[in-house]
Amino acid sequence: MSGVAMPAFAPIAPEIVLAAAACVVLVVEVYGRSTDLTYRLSQASLVLTALVLALNFPEDAIVAFSGTFIADPMAGVLKLATLVIGWFLFFYLHAHLRARSRARGEHFILGLFALLGMMVLVSAANLLTVYLGLELLSLSLYAMVALDRDSPVAAEAAMKYFVLGALASGMLLYGMSMVYGATGTLELAGIGAAAQDGTDLILVLGLVFVVTGIAFKLGAAPFHMWIPDVYEGAETPVTMFVGTAPKLAAFAMAVRLLADGLWGLHGEWQDMLVVLAVLSIGIGNVIAIAQANLKRMLAYSTIAHMGFLFLGIIPGTGEGFAAAMFYVIVYAVMALGAFGMIVVLSREGFEADRIDDFRGLNERSPWQAFLMLVLMLSMAGVPPFVGFWAKWSVLREVVAAGFVWLAVVAVVFSVVGLFYYLRIVKLMYFDEPDDEPPLSVASPLRLVISVNALSVLVVGLFPGALLGWCLAALTGG
Amino acid sequence: MSLRTLSLLIVLAPLAGAVVAGLFGRFVGRTGAHSVTIAGVAVSTVLSFFVFKTVVLDGAGGFDGPVYVWGEAGDLRLEIGFLIDELSATMMLVVSFVSLMIHVYTIGYMAHDPGYQRFFSYISLFTFSMLMLVMANNFLQLFFGWEAVGVVSYLLIGFWFKRESAIQANLKAFLVNRVGDLGFLLGIAAVLLVFGTLDYASVFEAAPGRSGATLNVVGTAEWSAMTVICLLLFVGAMGKSAQVPLHVWLPDSMEGPTPISALIHAATMVTAGIFMVARMSPLFELSEVALNVVMVIGALTAFFMGLLGIVQHDIKRVVAYSTLSQLGYMTVALGASAYAAAVFHLGTHAFFKALLFLGAGSVIIALHHEQDMRRMGGLWRHMPITWLCSAAGTLALIGFPGFSGFFSKDGIIEAVRHSELAGAWVAYPAVLLGVFITALYSFRMYFLVFHGEERVDPHAREHLRESPLVVTGPLVVLAFFSVVIGWPWVEPILFGDYFGGAIVVAPEHDVLARVGEGFAGAGAFATHGFAALPFWLAAAGAAVAWYLYIREPGLPARIAERFRGAYRLLVNKYGFDDFYGAFFAGGTRRVGGLLWRLGDVRVIDGWIVNGSARAVGRIASVIRHVQTGLLYHYAFAMILGLLALMTWLLYGGPAG
Repeated sequence: MSGVAMPAFAPIAPEIVLAAAACVVLVVEVYGRSTDLTYRLSQASLVLTALVLALNFPEDAIVAFSGTFIADPMAGVLKLATLVIGWFLFFYLHAHLRARSRARGEHFILGLFALLGMMVLVSAANLLTVYLGLELLSLSLYAMVALDRDSPVAAEAAMKYFVLGALASGMLLYGMSMVYGATGTLELAGIGAAAQDGTDLILVLGLVFVVTGIAFKLGAAPFHMWIPDVYEGAETPVTMFVGTAPKLAAFAMAVRLLADGLWGLHGEWQDMLVVLAVLSIGIGNVIAIAQANLKRMLAYSTIAHMGFLFLGIIPGTGEGFAAAMFYVIVYAVMALGAFGMIVVLSREGFEADRIDDFRGLNERSPWQAFLMLVLMLSMAGVPPFVGFWAKWSVLREVVAAGFVWLAVVAVVFSVVGLFYYLRIVKLMYFDEPDDEPPLSVASPLRLVISVNALSVLVVGLFPGALLGWCLAALTGG
Repeated sequence: MSLRTLSLLIVLAPLAGAVVAGLFGRFVGRTGAHSVTIAGVAVSTVLSFFVFKTVVLDGAGGFDGPVYVWGEAGDLRLEIGFLIDELSATMMLVVSFVSLMIHVYTIGYMAHDPGYQRFFSYISLFTFSMLMLVMANNFLQLFFGWEAVGVVSYLLIGFWFKRESAIQANLKAFLVNRVGDLGFLLGIAAVLLVFGTLDYASVFEAAPGRSGATLNVVGTAEWSAMTVICLLLFVGAMGKSAQVPLHVWLPDSMEGPTPISALIHAATMVTAGIFMVARMSPLFELSEVALNVVMVIGALTAFFMGLLGIVQHDIKRVVAYSTLSQLGYMTVALGASAYAAAVFHLGTHAFFKALLFLGAGSVIIALHHEQDMRRMGGLWRHMPITWLCSAAGTLALIGFPGFSGFFSKDGIIEAVRHSELAGAWVAYPAVLLGVFITALYSFRMYFLVFHGEERVDPHAREHLRESPLVVTGPLVVLAFFSVVIGWPWVEPILFGDYFGGAIVVAPEHDVLARVGEGFAGAGAFATHGFAALPFWLAAAGAAVAWYLYIREPGLPARIAERFRGAYRLLVNKYGFDDFYGAFFAGGTRRVGGLLWRLGDVRVIDGWIVNGSARAVGRIASVIRHVQTGLLYHYAFAMILGLLALMTWLLYGGPAG
């Protein structure tokens, strides 16, 4: 019995709690009769996990389980944000499913496992853990998209998502194998020590594949093709699931792999990210203009936002990563609200996902129109909403790193982007509704969407706390 | 409570009222909407009085500091902060008190309007914005308040948005104010450029040291930075305070409901420009060029806009032109460095002009929204309270000795007489003759409305009676203050140390000190007023009005006929509207048309739009080819992307 040291469980306690809770919920779902119960238990699991996390909040980096798992302040902040967003995701999902009276528990169970995957990915300190978390997340999402079995569009979306995701995973894995071949270790810390410069061809090739995998998961151009089709094809709350919280995890993956692991190749990945950022911001903002489907428009807007996210990663400084982290959290909250608004407007047999469905919303419900206005202006980056601060902070970092031209390009394309956000506002306030009845929204949903959208305004007015939090998590002070 | 907490409560109480009445108007109902907004403004008024007492009466010192930092951009801190000193404490009291009166009055005036809650929400929001403006301790917040009052003004002018004329008027107000605001924004940018900060205290402290600074504006010419800053800021003031030539929006703004005309377009918002210049006195004192410009612009406004009041038939428009003219007086005082006199006149004017507007509103309600003075007359018998209150307001306006307007206006005239700036040569005759004009149009209105033969529509006559208490109550309160407010304050404000350090006057510009040398108490000042030239000019104006409109009512038409040219000039308001319409609106459209033919059709439509449409179409079709929806195309694109990245990194990239 001696000689086997018990690993430290405290750092991984939230994951253990969530995994156990997910299993319990699964059993309850199998034997229980009530979907509401599954939903409530899932929400409770998230709250419990968040509590455990908050009590064990990592002040310093702790590496556990033989260097495979790391709990540090960045992981703590991202996991907490993921869990909060997860709570909202489940809420919208439940509201959506109940309105269509086909509430089933699978969505929530898959959702719990996806969230678990995200948390593992965020805390990965080893290439295997990265892959484990990523696949747990991705497989759950593929299944969630496919769950809408009666819809051929959803099936097609799931198919595309799965095949392309598998391809991207393959590339990532291939890249990892090359990195392993060049450095002889799977631990990110070890890789960081071994990979000191970019003269090793194998390492550089590995880097290209790794960056490709990251770009695919985030949805950066030119690896963005799956995004519009999946966003449009999946049910709205599932789209929301694909489009919000996983971005946080993918951001963490990028930081872990690039900054912790392949720091020695900073020059190389910086060049690649600059190209990806310009392409994403350009393609995303321009093509979004031509969309008639709101989910597709938001898909292209996501691509543009991911380009902005790269702006924060490019400098490779703690402040830059902090700005990017702020950006990704803010983006997730805004996207949550925007898709949430589609859920609010939709009903059985009417998905409200065409841009024209927002026509004259102000006359049907001034409050909902106001919330959408806040969300759209924030996404466009208009002060005083938080989207402004998000853009501002990444731009400041990229300028500080000497990429003034990149900042100019980004700003020019966000002006282009302003057009399609303002078009929604124009349709809501200045056009006549298409003969729609006044909107009645159930009060819990009304409350949650209000909290969601107004948080964008409130954090915009008081950005200091969240910004400082992100900065403290990544620069340690 | 500390001043900081008090200040926060003062601004947030009306905002809370506005939010409740605006967003939850349907739930709280009409009574709820007016109760909650009036409660909010009442809290502000009481607390403002308390602040006024602490800061001004007790001299217990003010407050200057941030309450919250919104963000930082490099060295620039964007923050909300309050500067509570004698100047802002006075403004806060005037703004909140007048606003409270108007909230109460609105209950009666808007009683049957379907937009009741919306209206209360707007005026409370306005009170909040105006308080933010006057309490600001930095240029950013000043600009916020400045724009916010502009937006609310826009919303309120177009309150009856189903009327075409109201929509035209609010658009006009908006566009004209854009011109002013652009200047203002440039002025703020120049402040930031020269001083590197937007905080009042730091700017004012650094200003004397930078008085020799120059800016390179056009070509290689070096311009005095202070002159550039002050003139640009004054352009903003010209827009907001409706000075020639940016005055055209104010008369049209009378399309809004009367309480708005009283609150925003007479008592408070339009004085924002005056307040701002007074606040910026440490900067303006450093540029005599700017002071001269300010004085001349003010003089032109005071005189020529007063003349227009004589030919108007709409009761509210007469009061509107009178407002323009009085704003001109305040501006003249600013130019003469008599900032204290300007603010004093601002305060007295707020009371008696609000009174006149509300009196006009009371008449309008009684006559069922009739505004044409040709269909009024002899109303004194039917509406005694309104009549007496309006009489008090009129006497205050023309500066009858002893009434509040007398002290402030005579202070201005005396100050200009002592000013040694070149502009005073224009300004002094203008303000002096202006007194005659003021009395003429004021008494013309008074006689046409309340005296002479009754020309009231017989149908309206049957229902003619005094307005309800919510209308006459504020009238009486305002009338009381219009009469007495001058007495106790003339000495401390004009000649004493009322404003302390809030207003800075260079010794060589200190005209009020020279005026004050002969001052021997308010009573003597008033008694002496009966012997002075302005009084006789005013009396002459009143007498002429009596002769023309009571004694010989047919005479004005004959005079108009005889001097047709001059009359047409006045009726056409010197052609400003036509000129702007033809030159700016029409010209822009012509230039637009030209550009459209040359630029749009050929270049843009031909090459860029159609070209780019073709290009986008082509790109789109290419992308559509890429975004085929076919899975293997997507996979292929990913692999191509990967290969491209790899090639670029290995062979073409900067690192490769």
